[in-house]
Amino acid sequence: MNMQRLMKSRELLLALALVLLVGGIAVRFPAFASPSSLGNVFNDTSILIILALGQMVVIITKCIDLSVASNLALTGMIVAIINASAPGIPVAFLIVIAISAGALMGAINGFFVWKLEIPPIVVTLGTLTIFRGIVFLLTDGAWINAHEMSASFKALPRADFVGLPVLSWIAIAIIGVMAVLMTRTAFGRATYAVGGNPHASVYTGINVGFTRFAAFIISGSLAGLCGYLWVARYAVAYVDIAGGFELDVVAACVIGGISIAGGIGSVAGAVMGALFLGVIKNALPVINISPFWQLAISGAAIIIAVALNARAERTKGRVILKKAEVV
Amino acid sequence: MSIFNKLLLSAAVVAGLATSPVQAEDKRIALVVKALGIGFFEAANKGAQEAAKELGDVEIIYTGPTDTTAEGQIDVINALIAQKVDAIAISANDRDALVPALKKAMDRGITVISWDSGVAPEGRAMHLNPSSNALIGNMIVKMAADHLPDGGDVAVLSASATATNQNIWIEEMNKVKDNYKGINVVATVYGDDLADKSYREAQGLMSSHPNLKAIIAPTSVGIVAAAQAVSDAGKAGEINVTGLGLPSEMAGHVDSAASKSFAIWNPIDLGYAATMIAYNLATEKAAAEAGGEIPMGRMGNVKLDDNKEGAMADPFVYDASNVNDFKDIF
Repeated sequence: MNMQRLMKSRELLLALALVLLVGGIAVRFPAFASPSSLGNVFNDTSILIILALGQMVVIITKCIDLSVASNLALTGMIVAIINASAPGIPVAFLIVIAISAGALMGAINGFFVWKLEIPPIVVTLGTLTIFRGIVFLLTDGAWINAHEMSASFKALPRADFVGLPVLSWIAIAIIGVMAVLMTRTAFGRATYAVGGNPHASVYTGINVGFTRFAAFIISGSLAGLCGYLWVARYAVAYVDIAGGFELDVVAACVIGGISIAGGIGSVAGAVMGALFLGVIKNALPVINISPFWQLAISGAAIIIAVALNARAERTKGRVILKKAEVV
Repeated sequence: MSIFNKLLLSAAVVAGLATSPVQAEDKRIALVVKALGIGFFEAANKGAQEAAKELGDVEIIYTGPTDTTAEGQIDVINALIAQKVDAIAISANDRDALVPALKKAMDRGITVISWDSGVAPEGRAMHLNPSSNALIGNMIVKMAADHLPDGGDVAVLSASATATNQNIWIEEMNKVKDNYKGINVVATVYGDDLADKSYREAQGLMSSHPNLKAIIAPTSVGIVAAAQAVSDAGKAGEINVTGLGLPSEMAGHVDSAASKSFAIWNPIDLGYAATMIAYNLATEKAAAEAGGEIPMGRMGNVKLDDNKEGAMADPFVYDASNVNDFKDIF
């Protein structure tokens, strides 16, 4: 109970920080806080939100998936190549391909973690390089450019639906699905148990390996979906797309209060962590500061958030010890 | 990553040693690029292969790191030294960081030249600029001004704030911008050659400068991202995205009217010219001296200035009338 209250207050803190951040930026550049500008920020952050939600499930099970950005680049390239060579194939079918390809890559990660018990950081560090290497092999370094993609392929993410682009709606839908999955299903509870105490969860009949395998598949399929969204949004596919983006995704989770040690975290946290980074990324260009400071500011925000999280986790430990002493 | 690279490189070294006796007659020229997988450099490689075919006794080793870092290029250079290549022609990720490694190469008798993005004079025999920096600086602002008879606000979207060539072009542009009446350069922002960051910077320019009439992006990733951002904002035709880009990457954006014109030197010619120069220097058919000239095959001669730098040719402008002829070439 105590822990839950702490988590709730952390999300409240994050929401407050987000409001303060937007407020602070609005002082320097008032147009930033207008609804349409905030809508743009949300839309721009949609891909980061979706990836952070996938990463969240993996991190909660005490694993990490560093291959998400490479997975995104590879699935993005696969659908771009299919679209360029056969423009007649409907976009809906391409999205199914993207999700399946992503899920397959997630399953490869999950398989090594589950059956061969290799540490997830090692497995996904390997697949990070392998997936991006495959993009290079597929294309020999060539780009797939705007004029080679079909109009409907590029149009979907930016199509307007009840005032918001479809890209934003996809993110909202996934936030909803993930919230239900994590809080209302046996699988969701199993992920917390597996991450919180893997040994104890074995005795409660939870298959630890399989739960992690499933978490990697979720992360992989979401990365696959983002592969299509990214390539369609920026209307270009090449080897380096989203290079280093996995670090943003992990950073969003960490800022959102998802414990790298597993077992702690929430959908709201991941979403707000991603939005926090998204607001900084979108605000820095308009408030007109040196690009060297931009890097320092992004880095400082991450360290401050991690420091706060570390403090919060330590307090939690103390509380439990005190109780034990009292008893 | 770097372990993986080293493994690959040592494999390359072993392969190089194993094959060297067979091809002892051939001059081996290494074309080192900023990173593999960039369309511009792939096209330069085509030109290098063309030069090799023309020369006959040349083997091209096309190589580079997988990301645009100086560290990656140093690893590549060390591997090439171990392979005992005859010449290295490099497009540098850092002007100064590569100097020690390249000096070592020159000490071992390897001919070193830089092209596209230069190395400091002590690290190379000569540098081949794709065009003169002054001509490029003038061209990028001229293309913006040509479509703005009454003048207006323009902004620059560059690569990273430390990119050698982009900074020189912007400097040259600022020297001549006053020749264009009413052209007002309001901001210079940096997209780091990342599609998402460049897109965001372009959005930022549009919201902080409502009267913006043109975005000048002297970088191929930036110009594509800016054109997409302008189309998405519904401002294609209103804000002209211009700068330096490849016809294949920009064709779609010229069609959508987000870009009226852009320029680039021909990277095929550049790779061809760099190979010709490296060959002529390595075979001592020409010498790199200040004020001297080095033949570049069908590209004519390059004249070196006091810094032993030379310019290949004028940048070429692409617009709706010719972009479709070039989009399948590079």
